[in-house]
Amino acid sequence: MSDPMLRLEGVYTDIAQYHILQGVDLDVPRGGVTMLLGRNGVGKTTTLRTIMGHWRARAGKVMLDGQDITALPVPAIARTGVGFVPENMGIFSDLTVEENMVLAAVSGPIDQARLDWIFEAFPPLKTFWKNHAGNLSGGQKQMLSIARAMVEERRLYLIDEPTKGLAPAIISTMARALRDLKAQGASILLVEQNFSVAKALGDTCAVMDDGRVIWSGAMAELAGDAALQERLMGLSMEAHQ
Amino acid sequence: MLVKLLSGDLPRSKLLTAILVAILICLAFAPFLFPGIRSVDTAARICIFILLVASYDLVLGYTGIVSFAHTMFFGIGAYGVALACSHMERGFGALIVGTLSGAVVAALAAFLIGLFSLRVRAIFFAMITLAVASAVAVLVSQLSGLTGGEDGLNYKIPRELTPAFKFGGELLGVKLNGKLLNYYVVFFGALMLFLLLLRIVNSPFGRVLQAIRENDFRAEAVGYRVIAYRTGAACISAAIAALAGSLYAIWLRYVGPDTVLSFEIMVDILLMVVIGGMGTMYGAVIGATLFVVAQNYLQELMQVASGAVESVPLLPDLLSPDRWLMWLGILFILSVYFFPTGIVGRLRQDD
Amino acid sequence: MSAAPKHVPTMAQAGLLDRLAPWMPVLLVPIIMLVGLAAIPSTSSWLTLTVSGLAMGMMIFIMASGMTLVFGLMDVINFGHGVFISVGAFVGVSVLLALGQMTAAPSLVLNLLAMLLAVIAATIATGALGWAFERVIVKPVYGAHLKQILVTMGGLIVVEQLIVVLWGPEEIYITRPEALKGAVTFAGAALEKYRLVAVGMGLALFLAMRYVLRSTKIGLIVRAGVENGEMVEALGYRLRLVFVGVFVAGSALAGLGGVMWGLYQEVITAHMGQQMMIMIFIVVIIGGLGSVEGCFIGALMVGLLQNYIAFLEPKAALISNIGLMVAILMWRPQGMIPVVKAK
Repeated sequence: MSDPMLRLEGVYTDIAQYHILQGVDLDVPRGGVTMLLGRNGVGKTTTLRTIMGHWRARAGKVMLDGQDITALPVPAIARTGVGFVPENMGIFSDLTVEENMVLAAVSGPIDQARLDWIFEAFPPLKTFWKNHAGNLSGGQKQMLSIARAMVEERRLYLIDEPTKGLAPAIISTMARALRDLKAQGASILLVEQNFSVAKALGDTCAVMDDGRVIWSGAMAELAGDAALQERLMGLSMEAHQ
Repeated sequence: MLVKLLSGDLPRSKLLTAILVAILICLAFAPFLFPGIRSVDTAARICIFILLVASYDLVLGYTGIVSFAHTMFFGIGAYGVALACSHMERGFGALIVGTLSGAVVAALAAFLIGLFSLRVRAIFFAMITLAVASAVAVLVSQLSGLTGGEDGLNYKIPRELTPAFKFGGELLGVKLNGKLLNYYVVFFGALMLFLLLLRIVNSPFGRVLQAIRENDFRAEAVGYRVIAYRTGAACISAAIAALAGSLYAIWLRYVGPDTVLSFEIMVDILLMVVIGGMGTMYGAVIGATLFVVAQNYLQELMQVASGAVESVPLLPDLLSPDRWLMWLGILFILSVYFFPTGIVGRLRQDD
Repeated sequence: MSAAPKHVPTMAQAGLLDRLAPWMPVLLVPIIMLVGLAAIPSTSSWLTLTVSGLAMGMMIFIMASGMTLVFGLMDVINFGHGVFISVGAFVGVSVLLALGQMTAAPSLVLNLLAMLLAVIAATIATGALGWAFERVIVKPVYGAHLKQILVTMGGLIVVEQLIVVLWGPEEIYITRPEALKGAVTFAGAALEKYRLVAVGMGLALFLAMRYVLRSTKIGLIVRAGVENGEMVEALGYRLRLVFVGVFVAGSALAGLGGVMWGLYQEVITAHMGQQMMIMIFIVVIIGGLGSVEGCFIGALMVGLLQNYIAFLEPKAALISNIGLMVAILMWRPQGMIPVVKAK
């Protein structure tokens, strides 16, 4: 197995006086989707924010493509090629859809072929291209948020719960777009509560509990073992859907 | 008994205790220890500014909001007494009416400002108070028919509080007259109100204020109505500032925009709170005493220093007594950075 | 069982008022003008007052715009902003006094050249001072409002005193360049030339600023940063650098406003900036902290109202702005154009 795209080694993160991450070890292989699973409040979002630099690791190391990015400032981490879709989507509602996308294309003008691909995946973005992002529906905002990450080729995509609170039809649009992205050979770390989406997209998988990764392996292995799910996540995710 | 009087909030530092006791003794016996018009006047000003600064610390240090209208409240109290004494029959009735109405008006004004600004963001309060206070200051100097304009007002206070009133001869070489009584009105008035403030900040109300200062979201989440508490603190602080203003008006027998309303006084108050120590009532005592003494005597020292370096270019300008505000400004910035708890915080740390 | 009421989404036209609501702040300026026209007996005095109100508003806008952006972008409240106005005025006026021959010559070109030099000197000086102010005074207290207010206030005191050390405690009188003295008559109203120039400059600056904010990438970053700075950084932009740039630009604008205000008043003092801060606070509060458009509209409203009221009832002019602020805050507690904050 080649070097992973992303590797976390014993990462500890505190928020105020709370110890949220307590030694996270995690690998995201090159090419493919790694699912980050676990109950609410076990530290999945904090893990993503620590990788991004929004929270600072008190101890441990974050390596991206062999480079230590633990102490880099947030913009520098982004520019090493990390596309981030945060939990709250981070849409600039005062800007138009176009302006949101222009900002996301850090290294220059938007590549037309890539934009066409995005429009195909998320048709509403083309329709509302000149509209204020604040006027989009929740699902459309989520599309925009993912599209911003997709607008340039990144080494790693960090995506936090892209299907949260969305209607089934839109969830399948999201899933299709992410599968598309994966087909291009992207490396993705995806937090997801919807187990059927996780099962369909994930190649590998890491399960967190209490600020640690307690299990990691092939997604298929977890998906096929209800007892293991029960043990890791307290309840069967199949029943949870 | 003493602990109870101080509401259980002890200085918690030996050196601080010694300094506070020394200041208390000096102020309590000022007319006898430092006879002379100027030094007694300085002592009275110290008493009044301790109270004024302590009442400001209630909002700044304990509640964590910045107000620039504190001189306005101070002025309201002072003008309350001045107007009552000018328009009512000479006597204590006028003093009481003026003092009480000043306090009520000040609290009401604070309530209105708080209502408009605090429900949006705490920093609105700082900006709106600054705007309102300067508008009021200009208004007072313009409405000369009522307020005497720039010249201010001279008025008569009860004869018992003036030098003309004599009772008995001399005690320890000090004439027993109304001015002496007036000093003790100021001293005990300030002392009592200071102890009241100490009680307020150590009451459950005061503890909630401090919880809000530390983390207003959490306080709100726990169920405290943050706006109500902040507005309440602003009202109490304003009323006590007005009472300090009334004492000042009684002492000076004169009020004018420069003496009670000017922005310079606001700056002075800020300096006194920060240098003394925010969020510690005792900081007000240290800050005000140090500042008023320095204001009266340090400038002479700077005059000497400025003269000594006369041959060097620019230095005499920088050391001129008129520039003492600049040095205080620098001291102020440094203390906000490095000693946010001021002198009192420092002393408590060392102990 | 009765049928459930049908919930058909309707696309009916919203009422006129609803559709007007977003435009209300913009409409307030002409509304104030019209009310002024109705209240002021003579049309020519109304015209004179309107021009001077607009001139005043434009100058306040120039001075205030930097402050509102600095707040929007980094949540930094700079109580020392006014000192840039004073410094700008002193530097600019010193240049103008030094170029006495150019300003006294009855040549428009020479006059404007002198003005340009004065403005350049003032903006460079205040921009540099702004940079130092940000480094020394503001940077150590990010994220702490209480300390920001105190420290920036301290900075204001110190710099103000330094002005006195350098230029002396006396106020400095200055006359306007020859070609900008006097008035032109239009429709029976005397319109001071300088005020017309001020209106033109203010408008040009507003449009330029709007262009930068709407149509350039740096403008996009600033607008996005006002709403959600964390996300701007996560996209790869160094918000701190942008912020320092905005702080410097805002300080330079305040300096420019200071020169203009000094020439408008024809006298400058070290305190002038601090006195202007009151007006500036009112303007940024009623405009909506962080909003440049709101600041512009607010500044024009304050300028117009101040001039109309000063004509109708001089004593009430002082409190008219406070009254305006109270009225606006009762209507929209966050100001006329509230800025969206993601946090």
